[in-house]
Amino acid sequence: MIVGQQKPFDEIWEMVKGFKKVLVFGCNTCVAICHAGGGKEAEILTSLLRMKAAQEGVDMQVDNAAIERHCEPEFFEPLMEKVRTYDLVLSTACGVGVNFLADRIGAIPVYPGINTTFYGAVPEAGFFVELCGGCGNCVLHLTGGICPIVRCSKSLMNGPCGGTNNGKCEVSNETDCAWFLIVERMKKLGTLEKLFEVQPPRDWSTGTHGGPRRISVEHIRAFEEEEEKNAATEGR
Amino acid sequence: MKSGSNLERVIASGKMAVTAELGPPMSADPHEVIKKANILKGFCDAANITDCQTAVVRISSIAAAVIALREGLEPVMQMTCRDRNRIAMQADFLGAAALGIKNCLCIAGDHQMFSAAGKLKGHPGAKNVYDVDTCQLVGIMKKMRDEGLQQGGDKLEVAPKFFVGASWTPMGDPMDFRPYNLKKKVDAGADFIQTQGIYDMELFKAQMEKARNLGLLERTAMLAGIIVPKSAMMLKYMDSSVAGVTVPKSLIERMNKAKATAGDDKKKARELQEQEGIKITVELIQQALEIPGVKGVHIQAIEWETAMEPIVKAAGLYPRPTFPDA
Ligand code: SF4
Ligand code: SF4
Repeated sequence: MIVGQQKPFDEIWEMVKGFKKVLVFGCNTCVAICHAGGGKEAEILTSLLRMKAAQEGVDMQVDNAAIERHCEPEFFEPLMEKVRTYDLVLSTACGVGVNFLADRIGAIPVYPGINTTFYGAVPEAGFFVELCGGCGNCVLHLTGGICPIVRCSKSLMNGPCGGTNNGKCEVSNETDCAWFLIVERMKKLGTLEKLFEVQPPRDWSTGTHGGPRRISVEHIRAFEEEEEKNAATEGR
Repeated sequence: MKSGSNLERVIASGKMAVTAELGPPMSADPHEVIKKANILKGFCDAANITDCQTAVVRISSIAAAVIALREGLEPVMQMTCRDRNRIAMQADFLGAAALGIKNCLCIAGDHQMFSAAGKLKGHPGAKNVYDVDTCQLVGIMKKMRDEGLQQGGDKLEVAPKFFVGASWTPMGDPMDFRPYNLKKKVDAGADFIQTQGIYDMELFKAQMEKARNLGLLERTAMLAGIIVPKSAMMLKYMDSSVAGVTVPKSLIERMNKAKATAGDDKKKARELQEQEGIKITVELIQQALEIPGVKGVHIQAIEWETAMEPIVKAAGLYPRPTFPDA
């Protein structure tokens, strides 16, 4: 899932204080799970903004809404008309949602209410950890299922640096050294020798360094096109 | 000869090599480098010029290396993977070779977080690079030198001829993987290795035994790293806080004793500890040179370059060999 954190309230206030009619727009998928931007959080943020506006004597209408997902067009459909009546949408969806809405909404600004932070998991309630960096060329089969790209602070591909200290990363003694974990795990799997081979320089163009990425699943697109055509013929 | 550097010649001659360390200043003034170069000159075969160590901005390694070279001190340019991508690194290799630099040590580099760990503000918010890691960087240098090719495959008209080094932390954990870590660097093409500072020679000996069994010590020149201890406090700090370094209690006790002998006299306490530090260093060097496969020592007298002369002399490593046609 995508993990984020609500922006500091003062920063949000600075963003929104000049607007008259604000919609706080939550997303009920990833960012709801991480308690950053679901419908519930959007509602709380709305109350806080109303209180602040009253306190500061600012005339502002603040409402809230939420949909299941901000990353697929159909979820917006029932609400778009209403959304377009606001001067500002403060989206508490992840950055994907903010972008996606901004691309579609027309001449209404969409501001981010959260800081989208990483792809991670929830090992225990209220605790989130980064586990993948979306590098576009997964090597987990070589590293015992532990990601060297984001779990090693230096994205090293050929083993630990000299900074490993009691299994912790040199960056912080609260962060596990990914390479310590990888070596231990490979020992357990009986495949340590996989790590002995030198991994050549990576092609990073599959990640964020190759420009914006797109994936086109041709058979799905073809299928959808076909369906549309059929529907059109049937309707005729 | 791969590079014809002085360091390579000393190693090839079968004599024990000595390398030192020169840390460039946070200043645009070259005099500090010139001064340190002249202190070290004659007491080592080459000196490592650190590359923004602990991620602190200093005169770049390549520039300071050229300054040292002009003073007659052979540099080992250091190159961290933290600050440059493969384009910048290879461009710097060509430039460094064109300027007469012949040795390069490839290292991962301290994370930028370290730049603010001490009293400095540093640049903890900097973006790091890590386009390639140490093994890959070693491979790139070898490919440039031996095949005349860039990493991407384009041809070089004139290849840069470097004596290629890498660092090794023999006692870093996971310890049982460290010999393989070394193997990867050697497989990638490391001509020489400089280790993290060693105080526990028994432990080092055991790791060297494993390296020998992997057949690595015939394929690379192992220079044992010795960090000259200045005080009991420094040794305690190294023991507790520096990754991959363990200091035997007996050494800390010796330093404590030296300090205690001075009573309340702070200046004397410092002098006695420094004397003891030099003594300890000389002993460590002698022990290291006895370990089969060790081809020399990398002595780091950090911000204490004047210690090199008495150390090298007392260790019986003076004068340094010279080569008539060099
Ligand atoms: S290797 Fe790449 S795709 Fe695989 S987990 Fe790591 S960042 Fe994600
Ligand atoms: S200590 Fe481990 S996780 Fe941290 S940078 Fe080094 S190898 Fe990577």
